[in-house]
Amino acid sequence: MKFSEEFEARFAEMVPHYPTKRSALVPTLLYAQDEVGFLSDEVIAELAGRLDLTELEVRNVISYYSMLTTKPRGKFNLQVCTNISCLVRGGEEILQHCAKKLGVGHKGTTPDGLFTLEEVECIGACSWAPAAQVNYDFHENLTTEKMDRVLDKCLAQAQEQLQRIKSVDSLADTLSQRSEG
Amino acid sequence: MASLVSHPDEVKVVTRRFGLGATNIDRYLELDGYKAVQKALGMDADAIINEVKNSGLRGRGGAGFSTGMKWSFVPKQSAKPKYVLCNGDESEPGTCKDRLIFEHDPHAVIEGVMIGGLAVGARSGYIYIRGEYRYLSIIMQKAIRDAYAKGFLGKNIFGSGRDFDIYWHGGAGAYEVGEESALMESLEGKRGIPRIRPPFPAVVGLWGGPTVINNAETLASVPHIMLGGAEWYAKIGPPKNGGTRLFCLSGNVAKPGVYELPMGYSLKKMIYEVGGGIPNGRSLKAVVPGGSSTPCLTADEIDINMDFDSVAKAGSMLGSGGVVVLDDQQCIVKFALRTMKFYQHESCGWCIPCREGTDWLKKTLIRFHSGGGVKKDIDNMQYLSENMLGRTFCPLGDAAAMPTIAFVKKFRKEFEDHLDGRPCPYEKAGVAEEMEALSH
Repeated sequence: MKFSEEFEARFAEMVPHYPTKRSALVPTLLYAQDEVGFLSDEVIAELAGRLDLTELEVRNVISYYSMLTTKPRGKFNLQVCTNISCLVRGGEEILQHCAKKLGVGHKGTTPDGLFTLEEVECIGACSWAPAAQVNYDFHENLTTEKMDRVLDKCLAQAQEQLQRIKSVDSLADTLSQRSEG
Repeated sequence: MASLVSHPDEVKVVTRRFGLGATNIDRYLELDGYKAVQKALGMDADAIINEVKNSGLRGRGGAGFSTGMKWSFVPKQSAKPKYVLCNGDESEPGTCKDRLIFEHDPHAVIEGVMIGGLAVGARSGYIYIRGEYRYLSIIMQKAIRDAYAKGFLGKNIFGSGRDFDIYWHGGAGAYEVGEESALMESLEGKRGIPRIRPPFPAVVGLWGGPTVINNAETLASVPHIMLGGAEWYAKIGPPKNGGTRLFCLSGNVAKPGVYELPMGYSLKKMIYEVGGGIPNGRSLKAVVPGGSSTPCLTADEIDINMDFDSVAKAGSMLGSGGVVVLDDQQCIVKFALRTMKFYQHESCGWCIPCREGTDWLKKTLIRFHSGGGVKKDIDNMQYLSENMLGRTFCPLGDAAAMPTIAFVKKFRKEFEDHLDGRPCPYEKAGVAEEMEALSH
């Protein structure tokens, strides 16, 4: 299977950092997941082969780490912390607000595939609680209004991308019509 | 980017380059960067270890073990390569200090790893950063690249004839990996299951080689000790508790933030002066002094000094520096439940007392909080917790049990208020059930 050039460069650089190949496994899995969206059977087979592991050994590792997933997730993975520091500053309200707004529960994905909601453990934003991460971006000192703005921004970003894809498609259509004509 | 705070009582040692652009290597050099490692290169290994020992620096990850002592346990001769491993898997709830160190002063961590390497005779080190901290991994990877480009890392560092390599490593979400033997397992590409000790990592660690493992804050303190001297550093805090501490003040205080205060600073002052007190006209109910695993203190117990020995004397732990403040509107049962949900979620299941204990405690606390508490369960929770203590490979079992024992002992009445189908006195009707349905 094909990964991006950036992934390949990173992988090639990382493996010689360790006396055993498998040591590169955990960060490599996360980078692969970032590209593909989840750890598919194909990704698992590929990385197992590269690091001289069995697929079972790779799956065994995946199941231990909370950020790794073998199931597809939404484009925006919304991770709301409700651990102690966030709890006492309204983290649960933020989670409930997101659940209502998106119409999904813990680890649920919206039907349009845009959002996955997750209640997560401490993300290290305790002094700026309540906090959440959208993919890797931190959003801190949240209120429900601030959370709404974060979600709106995600939506706008997704729509913009969709527009771009549509305009490329229509351009392709025009071109193909022209060449046919 | 997390925002910075400041208070006149702060003593800026680890944080002194914060906000000054020290992620840029040239700026770091202007701010006395890489001077400490050059000084260490001119010292013999024992002299470095003694300097750190005399400084009174103790592990900032939570255990508070003497850093110099830890380094001295690494055998001088070893057939296998030795390693320094920086623990940046910060995930103890209430703790957000290593994040600021990586964000503002990554080269100080690199320098600390190098000095540790010189002290124990290692030629390479790893900086492990938790997976959620992607932007910090990017900062750290660049810092390492820049240090190589200047010739500070790699072959013949600073023309000394010695070689030293540092590599970044990333996690993928696991609290338990913050425990040092689990951290090594994770770095070796495995599940973070703790190892049995002895042998200790200082003798048999990464890939079987002697390994020194220190928290990021500990390592970031080391260059300052090398430059300022052990005596100066030790004097900042009380005897045997040298230096400063990055206290992560969170919860119900007016001015939460990460403050660098001298060891032994008054907890009361920290809450009421540095943190600006309890907002919204409420009063203090409890404080978790050192991250979620440390036993809580009641409002009557906060007249203590925040150093390892004083907090231990008060029956808790200084831990990771995460000070979580609870006002009088917080429900202790709910707080205990959220704490236990966390430990149940993070238990790897390797040791039965932890796997079963956290699950039973979680179930009991859920029942309590939704009004189904039974009186004998109050004692049962205590009994269960006490039987988890000291019966697991890694401290996760203890970390779950210790705060629970304190919650039940110190706030028994709040548990009794939840008995016999009575609704939680602190929560609107139905909210607990709604949250339970949503929660993991």
